[in-house]
Amino acid sequence: MATTAPALRPAATSYRSGLYEWLTTTDHKKIGILYVVNSLIFFFVGGLLALGVRVELAQPGLQFLSDENLYNELFTMHGTVMIFLFIIPILVGFGNYVVPLQIGAPDMAFPRINALSFWMLPLAGILLLSGFVTGGAAAAGWTSYSPLAQDRPLGSPGPGQDLWVTGLVLIGTSSILGSINFLVTIFKMRAPGLTLFRMPILVWTVLVTSVLVLMATPVLTSALVMLFIDRNYGGSFFDPANGGDAVLWQNVFWFYSHPAVYIMVLPAMGMISEILPVFARKPLFGYKAFVFATAGIGALGFSVWAHHMFTTGSVYLPFFSLMTFLIAVPTGVKMFNWIFTLWRGKLTFSTPLLFALGFLSMFLIGGINGAFSAAVPVDFALHDTYWVVAHLHYVLFGGSVFGVFAGIYYWFPKMTGRMLGEGLGKIQFVIMFIGFNLTFFPMHALGIAGMPRRIADYAGNAGWNDLNLAATIGGFLIAASILPFVWNVFVSLRSGKPAGDDPWEGNTLEWATSSPPPPYNFDHLPEIRSERPVFDLRHGRTKPAATLPDPGPVSQPTH
Amino acid sequence: MTDRALTATAHGPLDELAHDERGGISNPILGMLLFITSEVMFFAGLFAAYFASRAAIAPWPPTEFEHTLEPLGIVFPATVLLVISSVTCQIGVNAIRRDDRSGFIRAIGITLVLGIVFLVIQIYDYGLLYSHGLTLASGPYGTTYYTLTGFHGAHVFGGVIMLAVVLYRGMAGQFSARHHDAVEGTSIYWHFVDVVWIGLYLTLYWLR
Repeated sequence: MATTAPALRPAATSYRSGLYEWLTTTDHKKIGILYVVNSLIFFFVGGLLALGVRVELAQPGLQFLSDENLYNELFTMHGTVMIFLFIIPILVGFGNYVVPLQIGAPDMAFPRINALSFWMLPLAGILLLSGFVTGGAAAAGWTSYSPLAQDRPLGSPGPGQDLWVTGLVLIGTSSILGSINFLVTIFKMRAPGLTLFRMPILVWTVLVTSVLVLMATPVLTSALVMLFIDRNYGGSFFDPANGGDAVLWQNVFWFYSHPAVYIMVLPAMGMISEILPVFARKPLFGYKAFVFATAGIGALGFSVWAHHMFTTGSVYLPFFSLMTFLIAVPTGVKMFNWIFTLWRGKLTFSTPLLFALGFLSMFLIGGINGAFSAAVPVDFALHDTYWVVAHLHYVLFGGSVFGVFAGIYYWFPKMTGRMLGEGLGKIQFVIMFIGFNLTFFPMHALGIAGMPRRIADYAGNAGWNDLNLAATIGGFLIAASILPFVWNVFVSLRSGKPAGDDPWEGNTLEWATSSPPPPYNFDHLPEIRSERPVFDLRHGRTKPAATLPDPGPVSQPTH
Repeated sequence: MTDRALTATAHGPLDELAHDERGGISNPILGMLLFITSEVMFFAGLFAAYFASRAAIAPWPPTEFEHTLEPLGIVFPATVLLVISSVTCQIGVNAIRRDDRSGFIRAIGITLVLGIVFLVIQIYDYGLLYSHGLTLASGPYGTTYYTLTGFHGAHVFGGVIMLAVVLYRGMAGQFSARHHDAVEGTSIYWHFVDVVWIGLYLTLYWLR
């Protein structure tokens, strides 16, 4: 009566396959790993650029760099690389790897488009960085305001800015295709029984993020093509000298780039929400509230862009200030979700939990110092000072990057079949946590003391010397914290502790398959009756392999 | 349930594993609808720039270019052709839904020709405007006009390529009433391109 026994358990995916296999793969797991590795490489590049900035600012005067324009190139490319080639793609990479597993799907909906989305990224990165060898990279800041980004003296003459535009259009296209892929995958390919409100929180955050990407990124693309027309064909969109409107660029740019902030943090929030319940041995507190808060952030995210433009005098201040305060509410809801998940939990302080706690505490600071800038009078005083630099790094480094490392330590066993070393992981966390705060906490004081961002030099008697030196030392500590990480990955890949299918006693479906999972992920799925199917299975609430048809011989792909 | 599992015929691993059997919209069509959502936002950005430029300039169009706006000249026939092409495209879709392959090929062929004629008219119109001195570099009016119509034209070109592929595959007998997602997707895209043009035509030529 029962289905024929699933006789063929496919061999685990071999990650020692040849270069050709990696270049041509359409397996979402391999593409996910490619995303992560590619993003980490750009993380190191962006980090080196940031060290250049910090070394120059360690003391007043120009010591390290030959001229201010090179400094401008460094901070511009630092911001661009970190945002567009590190944080956004690495979160997409985790989504790529984990989402199909968590919804019990064999792959993404469009595997070949998935591969295309990935391969645009290294190409775009090479385009962006090739500015350094073709007469100067883009130097107008990652925001590229006009007229600074226009092709004229004292603006951005030369090919660097055009390469920047081209690279960003490619990355945007990659993101849009990726978001379509995620949305179709999540809506159409969930396992039987996995209703929307049984989806893991990471899947929810990827869903909302994909909607943001789908609706916001094309607007950036339109802004970029307009800038390109301005620069190369004598267009008059943004350059006041040609009858254009400089504030128009800011409006269109931030209409993308504010939602992009949520694109950069929502999936990290999702990863944290997967990790905290596992290491607190409790379900997530307030699942539905968390889902609605995520959707609320997504919706409100489209109505706050002009808070980057308070000082232009051309936006309606009360509205955008109010909306900015409002968007803190769903974020606050999530803080309580996380705190009450931990509350009276049976905590095990493994490295993923440490980084998740780093996320919680640092992102809280980033939320609080952001709320300051939401108040219009305060923002007029702090606009374009180091306060803003502190704020955005507490959100994007303290938030997203700590979340990313929590995710790396959490899913590395699934990806490779081996555990990362706990000792080295804790060393990395401690150095990174101290280095991060030493770098960015002083920037609050520097901002209040009036130090503007994006300057290569400052007066020795301005009173900014000590704090800048502290920030530079902190920057090198962050760089040092990467060394134990790289060593940890290297050692663990060779001789790490074998992970087994479910090393953390997880809740979600990726822990129901082998580590690393076979091609097409599952030969059978447990019954899904809640948002924690593997937990239910472990405690005998559901039967294994209740729902899935016999995979038969087809689960062994022949190509 | 067991019976279904045993009798389901497998074409590949993707068909069998974790497959959603509840039906509904097919993956490629949903993907196309989402892609069009992103295209709407792209054109929204361009339209925003158009209206911002227009609001900032006192006589719009600038007096020296006022004669370039002839809503009933050659642009109106082009508009009519594009609307007709949407109708013929839908006729083709309906035909293949009925498994009427020859009717499908005929209708898509006509749609393809109409799309190419639209592009030819647009290029001819650009030539006329250029001879009147309207270029990308002649201030916000010229920049927005050429950018908006140009990106629309690029989308028509993309649609023409898609129609050509669909026509070729149709003539090779690859579509049937059960299997024609590519036809449906191309048709949705072509309707979208048509709607954008109607919006552009009304905005650029009629809105005062």
